[in-house]
Amino acid sequence: MLDAGRRKLVEVRDLKMYFPIYSGLLRRHTGDVKAVDGVSFDIFEGETLGLVGESGCGKSTVGRALLRLYELTGGSVVIDGDDVAKLSPEALRQKRPTMQMVFQDPQASLNPRMTLAGIIGEPLDEHTSLTAPEKLARIYQLMDQVGLNRNFANRYPHEFSGGQRQRIGIARALALNPKFIVCDEPIAALDVSIQAQVVNLLEELQDRLGLTYLFISHDLSMVRHIADRVAVMYLGQIAELSPRDELYAQPLHPYAIALLSAVPEPDPSREGARQRIILQGDVPSPANPPKGCNFSTRCPQVQAICHRLQPDLIEVAPLRFVACHFVQPQQAQPAGSTGGTEATEPTQQGVNA
Amino acid sequence: MPDGAMPVLDVRGLKTVFRTRGGEVHAVNAVSFHLMPGELLGVVGESGSGKSVTMMSLIGLLPSPPADVREGQVLLGGVDILKVSPEELRRVRGARIGFVFQDPMTSLNPVFTVGNQIIEPLRAHMGLNKAQAEARAVELLELVGIPDARNRLRSYPHQFSGGMRQRVMIAIALACDPEVLIADEPTTALDVTIQAQIIELVKELRHKLGMAIVWITHDLGVIAGIADRVMVMYGGQVVEQAPVKDLFADPRHPYTRALLKTIPKVSGVREARLQVIDGQPPILAGAPTACPFRARCAHAFARCHAENPQRRAIGAGRVGYGHDVACHWDPEATDA
Repeated sequence: MLDAGRRKLVEVRDLKMYFPIYSGLLRRHTGDVKAVDGVSFDIFEGETLGLVGESGCGKSTVGRALLRLYELTGGSVVIDGDDVAKLSPEALRQKRPTMQMVFQDPQASLNPRMTLAGIIGEPLDEHTSLTAPEKLARIYQLMDQVGLNRNFANRYPHEFSGGQRQRIGIARALALNPKFIVCDEPIAALDVSIQAQVVNLLEELQDRLGLTYLFISHDLSMVRHIADRVAVMYLGQIAELSPRDELYAQPLHPYAIALLSAVPEPDPSREGARQRIILQGDVPSPANPPKGCNFSTRCPQVQAICHRLQPDLIEVAPLRFVACHFVQPQQAQPAGSTGGTEATEPTQQGVNA
Repeated sequence: MPDGAMPVLDVRGLKTVFRTRGGEVHAVNAVSFHLMPGELLGVVGESGSGKSVTMMSLIGLLPSPPADVREGQVLLGGVDILKVSPEELRRVRGARIGFVFQDPMTSLNPVFTVGNQIIEPLRAHMGLNKAQAEARAVELLELVGIPDARNRLRSYPHQFSGGMRQRVMIAIALACDPEVLIADEPTTALDVTIQAQIIELVKELRHKLGMAIVWITHDLGVIAGIADRVMVMYGGQVVEQAPVKDLFADPRHPYTRALLKTIPKVSGVREARLQVIDGQPPILAGAPTACPFRARCAHAFARCHAENPQRRAIGAGRVGYGHDVACHWDPEATDA
């Protein structure tokens, strides 16, 4: 899927997003929550990049920062040629149609007082000068695309089920023919039997309209299904960024290994045989991240160097980027000596079922 | 499965109805199941399938009105706890049946220390004095793997992380050595690595304490890893029930089959396209007269629209003790 000549639609370099902490009587700036701390990646045109991680790792903040729903603390986000981080308000407004977002909670992201036609039509009012009949035609076209019955145009969001509401959110995101859509946990609030409907719709639209997605999710099995490449985030940074098949077949970063081993599988025979790595403790606070490697407090293979030095995200194998002192390019191929392989780890706290 | 031993919990024909302004909602329809000593029963279903309401009904946790537990028996050690006085029911809840809820933040009281909240059932049900209860509370927190237990007794719920709070909830549920632990989506609000910690903890506690557990979830992966037996619910009814291996190897109900196909997997062959169950879960207005899954079922035929299927055993064994399914369709007869 990754031909060398493909165009990069999104280029993120050293993205930083800090939220200031004010405390004391005078509300002095006493520190920062480093939600995203130096994240770089590219998204090629027409691909889906999965962004996974646990709650609080900064994955949603990355998604929002990419569309400049926050003012960035640092770094650049080039989308289709323009650095979104530096655009003037008016230029940004004109840029908005190319980049859209589908939110997690379709209940909270739709205005309960607007009809479906009003919701889907609002971006058209804002950015186009269509006449009323043209606008209605476009709304119907969008409703057809996402599989909503045209007769529902004058209904309100509360009259729809969760899956249908998510379709409304998708139709609204599509209204202005975007190139790039950030899907922020679009299926997390839906029932299992409805999730597949929405994911299939997103895939269908991608094929038909050539869309590029950043798919943010904590559901690792769904990301395996939809994404071409996957970035695993931990505490504001990318731990590993790899093509999907390679990541799921053999994760390299110790956190990616532990995360994938923790996903329960709907297969009792395999569940019984699996070696699960149980990480101890919780994710540290992003207001006070550990020194050195930010995974050092929970890593089963931690060494002295990890507490001192922060590892860089480097390419250890073609298209595979890992931020770990013990996963190095020359040693990435022969499995064993330094860690990073799944099965034979003496230091890992594997717990047998 | 042999049925020589007595089940600790035996639920028969439980029926719960909510009276709403729009009419009656039949949330639980003739649900029967039992729980053997030391067994872990997984209950799977989507939101609105009636899995939580079933469990809340059987220990009288639903406000009435609007809820009305209309029919059925809930035998705990041979005594029907639906018939006992409120006073006696109080002695069952927390003491003989422990409950762990989904969201550990909203189910702990934010203005009391966790120590207070663990000590409360100990003093109410076991008649311990303050010092004894405190000692037991420390023991419980250590049991669920909370470091520095003695000092943590004085912490408030907000001072714990999500996973730690769920450990506190489990400690409270285990306080009085219950015969039955009901865990309602205990890991749904947690991250996968924390979920793995809690699942490991429950497995360990089960071996140590030997209690019977009902584990409610919508995650078939979690069920595959921990359950002995699984009950699949849909539209307020039990549609399939089987030992865990049989359910995953040979699902019989079209809903179970479809559900297993819609979920993507982290290993093995990656599916090009996800199977979809079209349509929406049913609205449970009025008493059921037909199969609740008929509108979304690929195999539905005339009888499915006319008659609500009863659970029937697959192979040998009684309904509830082997593999059973509530479906008119016979895969062997029509698949060929």
